[in-house]
Amino acid sequence: MSTAETRTRTTPGLVPVPETSRATERRPPEPPAGAVPPRRSSSAFWRLLGSELGLTFRRPRNLVMLGVLAGVPVVMGVALRLVAADAELGGIVTSVAGNSLMLTFASLSFLVVLLMPVAVAMVAGDAIAGEAGTGTLRYLLAAPAGRTRLLAVKYLNAVVFSFAVTAVVALSALVTGLIMFPVGPVTLLSGTTVPVAEGLLRILISVGYVGAGMAALAAVALALSTFTEVSIGAVAGTMVIVIVSQVLRAIPQFDGLADYLLPARWTGFDGALRSPIDTGAMAEGLLTFGAYIVLSGSVAWARFSGKDITS
Amino acid sequence: MTREAGAPFGAAPPSAGAAIVTRGLTKRFRGGQVAVDSLDLDVPRGSVYGFLGPNGSGKTTTIRMLLGLVAPTAGEHTLLGLPLAGALPRVGALVEGPAFYPYLSGEANLRRFDAADPTASGATVRRRVGEALDRVGLGAAAGKRYRNYSLGMRQRLAIAAALLGPRELLVLDEPTNGLDPQGTREVRALVKEIAADGTTVFVSSHLLAEVEQMCTHAAIMSTGRLVAQGTIASLSGGQVSRVRIETPDPAGAARVLAALGLADVRATDAEVTAELGGHAPERVNAALVGEGVAVRGLSVVRPSLEDVFVGLTGEGFDVDG
Repeated sequence: MSTAETRTRTTPGLVPVPETSRATERRPPEPPAGAVPPRRSSSAFWRLLGSELGLTFRRPRNLVMLGVLAGVPVVMGVALRLVAADAELGGIVTSVAGNSLMLTFASLSFLVVLLMPVAVAMVAGDAIAGEAGTGTLRYLLAAPAGRTRLLAVKYLNAVVFSFAVTAVVALSALVTGLIMFPVGPVTLLSGTTVPVAEGLLRILISVGYVGAGMAALAAVALALSTFTEVSIGAVAGTMVIVIVSQVLRAIPQFDGLADYLLPARWTGFDGALRSPIDTGAMAEGLLTFGAYIVLSGSVAWARFSGKDITS
Repeated sequence: MTREAGAPFGAAPPSAGAAIVTRGLTKRFRGGQVAVDSLDLDVPRGSVYGFLGPNGSGKTTTIRMLLGLVAPTAGEHTLLGLPLAGALPRVGALVEGPAFYPYLSGEANLRRFDAADPTASGATVRRRVGEALDRVGLGAAAGKRYRNYSLGMRQRLAIAAALLGPRELLVLDEPTNGLDPQGTREVRALVKEIAADGTTVFVSSHLLAEVEQMCTHAAIMSTGRLVAQGTIASLSGGQVSRVRIETPDPAGAARVLAALGLADVRATDAEVTAELGGHAPERVNAALVGEGVAVRGLSVVRPSLEDVFVGLTGEGFDVDG
């Protein structure tokens, strides 16, 4: 390498110093002067999470999805009101039409089967694959976001979205129910009647439980998301898992398996509609969700931390 | 040029060590294809280092390894003499073209990438983003969606993203790819400006002329291997200058040149060329005229990087701009 070349470098705050490339190499280590040395702050994690949440909740397609989810309970409420006015019907129609809070439970049990999982899979399945597909993943990692940190932020974001999806359905159903149906003591599935305040508490418990179930699905979608650069692949893969689980659950010969399937556990929120609350079944459900989260999280981390980013 | 301390585009305070050092860096992809073969790079601080090679010679894979995106099969490397996680916040990068969120504005895109840097402060992001956009001339388009940016604007936004913090090293992978001549000139001027602030610039290119114009140092890659590196002067010095004489008397001229001691004398119908060696061209001319050989023209052909490349690899560049 030639050392003949002498260049003048201007360093801010210093007089220009002529130096050769060899002099540069020989320069002894010196502590950083002036500016703050690179240091990780815990606030940086929250800043990245904030950025992630901002992207998720400003993205038009996610907002449309939340809007559709908010609209379904309204449609259900209107339909049930029309049906209830027309005819003498029993079962779910009477119980929903008879009390404003019951629409919330009816909406959750209807939407938890397919539409809520679709919304959650759309966000969580897009988490890594979407960034890889647009190429933004390489710039995030070069920033450097840090692979484990990015994965943690992506998952937390998906968890927040899971609870948001559940809360949107519950809130829309609650407001619709309060407008369309009479307010009064709630008759539970077990036949017991509880006051309105306790009914609201039971709605809150249901939302927490279903949110946790959606968060478990988000972990599955995130794991799939680390395997592809096409986010639709991860989303579709997650939905295939959901639908196959529903099918297995419907076949009596696979009854033993049902306890380990997410869709079978999601509807377990009706434990909150019994008196006393079926804490045993709900705890088992939460344990199942936890197992899915730990397992899928490990797969996602193992895959993503060693992956070559070539997109 | 003076800038206030902590300004985003000034050189960051130096950390120890060369800008980039790689030793035996190798990447073998699944399937056995060797993309990068035992690469030893030494990029001195303050240099503008051209990383030259035809498309597919392993430049981008090398850059991905440098930035920790791809794990090397063998070998090691350091940036700025630091562990990778510590070095990356001091490194601005443009890898294989711009990539942004199409539904966000240019400004929102930069804020997004700034949030991913754990050492960047949220308190100063507005100012730093504004300055980076102004630096690349996108100040007026800051609020426009990335979707509606032209190719040149996208490339400039990617460079702005690389300039969000105080950088000691910029890694630019084909920064002029896809730009029109005007955009190319702008990017080259920007690189020179950044380098003048003391920032080391590592720029890959498949355009020989570009590297010759911008860089102080260069490395030449061919099919995953490093075939040469050093200062531009020392690389070109590896090839000898030739003197070319236009004359109606090639035989006479050849005789004179041989008598002077010039090597590799070649004569054609109307011209003679020879290796100049240590001879001054004006002395060669005087000798020719003194011997009565008519000289219609005399020129010295200095070797270009392309000659160096052809000399080293025995093949030309597949693409040239």
